[in-house]
Order: sequence, then structure tokens, then C-alpha cells
Amino acid sequence: MTALQAVILIIVAASGTAVALTRDPTRQVILTGLFGLALAVLFFVFQAPDVALSQIVVGSVALPAMVLLTLRELRRRASEREDAE
Amino acid sequence: MRRRARTALFLVAAVVLAAVLVDGLAGLPAFGHFHGVDGRTLDHVTVRQRHATDVVTAVNFDYRGLDTMGEEFILFASSVGLVVLLREQRADRQQCPDDAGGASGDDGRDPLLALVGRWSVAPIIVLGVYVVTHGQLTPGGGFQGGVVLASALITLLITTGGRTPRTIRRHGALEALEGIGAGGYVVIGVAGIFAGLQFLSNFLPLGTAGALFSSGTVISLSTVVGLEVAGAIALIVAEFAEHGQTPGVGS
Repeated sequence: MTALQAVILIIVAASGTAVALTRDPTRQVILTGLFGLALAVLFFVFQAPDVALSQIVVGSVALPAMVLLTLRELRRRASEREDAE
Repeated sequence: MRRRARTALFLVAAVVLAAVLVDGLAGLPAFGHFHGVDGRTLDHVTVRQRHATDVVTAVNFDYRGLDTMGEEFILFASSVGLVVLLREQRADRQQCPDDAGGASGDDGRDPLLALVGRWSVAPIIVLGVYVVTHGQLTPGGGFQGGVVLASALITLLITTGGRTPRTIRRHGALEALEGIGAGGYVVIGVAGIFAGLQFLSNFLPLGTAGALFSSGTVISLSTVVGLEVAGAIALIVAEFAEHGQTPGVGS
């Protein structure tokens, strides 16, 4: 294992732990995107560029976008419920 | 369930999981020593057999093209299901007359951000088309490039805080893209039967390995998957955005 591989493995472990320990959903989404990016670098360093590319588009684009949209929808419903009361 | 019972259940499950994991990891080959026969074989025969220089794409769209069709239709079905659900909720709501106005498209976001968003749409689309069409040569292909294409719309929606441009919505461009992509895969597959071979066999001319138009059905299938993925992801995001703009849905 090269030094680069060891470093990126540690970064992935750290950012994954950070995602799990974050409580605020909005911050968690941003961290998930960073974690996804770290995973993409990991796949690239381990000579899987195809998987890395999939990871970038799914982990850093599609997934955070969908979670953010869902969060917005939930907030809107919550504020509407407050208005109704 | 009481707290103590929950903790006890967790401890039992954790011990079992740890035992299975340790047992499984102990049986793995050493780091950097890959034993897969298929992988080594494909590494050697793909360029000669399929004239595709990216083995992964050749595997996805040729050697196991049927699995990819299944994956494509998972995305197709889930996006159609989501769109039907969201539109039904909106239709219920829009029967109330006081919602006729709706929210305006541009709700006062930073104009500079909106400008950057609009200007980045074309470069993102060029990148997406590149990734889709060069899948047989370099890492990439329909799935990755399709999401890149869809991210052009995501960027536009996030930076302008608005809705999908009216021209795209009115003409059903995203629905068409998704449908043509999903149907195209099956059409290319069936065309293999008419060419006297099997479903999804590579019946097109293979061309020169390394050229843009090479690898026969690999590039064709990758391109239609690109259309399908771009349409599906963009449609999901556009529906969510539309949903957020319609007042009072789901309350």
C-alpha cells in the first residue's frame, strides 16, 4: 500500500465519521457531499476511475441535491402547519 | 422496547456481526492480489473482441448488457413513480381557486450567482455529452455522463431559485428524453435478433479501436442510457422544484 492510499483511507474514515456525528441535516448533506468526493478520490487512487466517476456524480451531485430538495419540502410543510395553527 | 432490552439486542447483534466480519475479512486475498479469473480474461480479450479501450464500459454495455438494462429500468420506474405521485398531489391542490397565481419564478436570489449559473449550463452540457460519448474509450459512459447532463438543470435551479424553463416543461423534453433512452436500449437489443444474433448481441460494425465511433453497440447503448439517465434525474429534480413552487401542496 502506498502512502497516498493510506492517507486517502484515513480521510475517508474521518469524513465518514464526521457525517455520522453531525446532527443538523443541512450540515450533514454538505458533509455527505465531501465524504462522497473523498470516496471518489479513494476509488481513483485504487485504480478504478470508472467507479470514481460514478461516485462523483452520484455522491456529490445527485444524492445531496435530492436530500436538500426533500429537506426544503419538509420545512415548507412545517411552516405551513404553523401558519394554519 | 425498554432501553436495557434494546441495548442487550444491540450487543448480541454487534457480536454476531463482528464475528462474521472478522471471518469474512480473514478469508480475503492479500492487499493488491486480485484472484478474479473473469477480470483478468476480460482485460486481455476486450480490446480485440469489442474494439473498446475502456473494459468497464464494454462489460457494462456488452458482456452483461442485460443487467444494465435492468438497472436502467429501475431508474426509469422509480422516476416515473415519483413524478406520478408528485403530479397527483399538485393536481389535487390546484383545484382550489386561490392558488391560481402561484409563486414567481425568480424570488430575488443573488443576480451574480444566477448569472454564473446560467453561464455554466453550456459547459456542463458539453462535458456531459463528452463523458457519454467517450465511454468506450476512457472512463465514463451513459450513467455518469447522464447525471452530468442533468446537473446542468440542477445548477440552473439552485442558482436562480426558480422553476424549470417553460420551453422545457411545455414540450415535455425531459419525459421524451427519458422515454427515448429507455426504449432505445430495448430497440437496439431487439435489433440484434433481427440481425440474426441474440438479444443485445453486438451486431454493429466495430470500427477501429480507439476511434470515437467504435465498439459497435457499446457506444450506442451507452448513449441511449445517457439520454435516459439525464431525462430521469432532471425530471425528478424539476418535479421537486415545481412542487416547492406550488403553494400549499400536501398540507
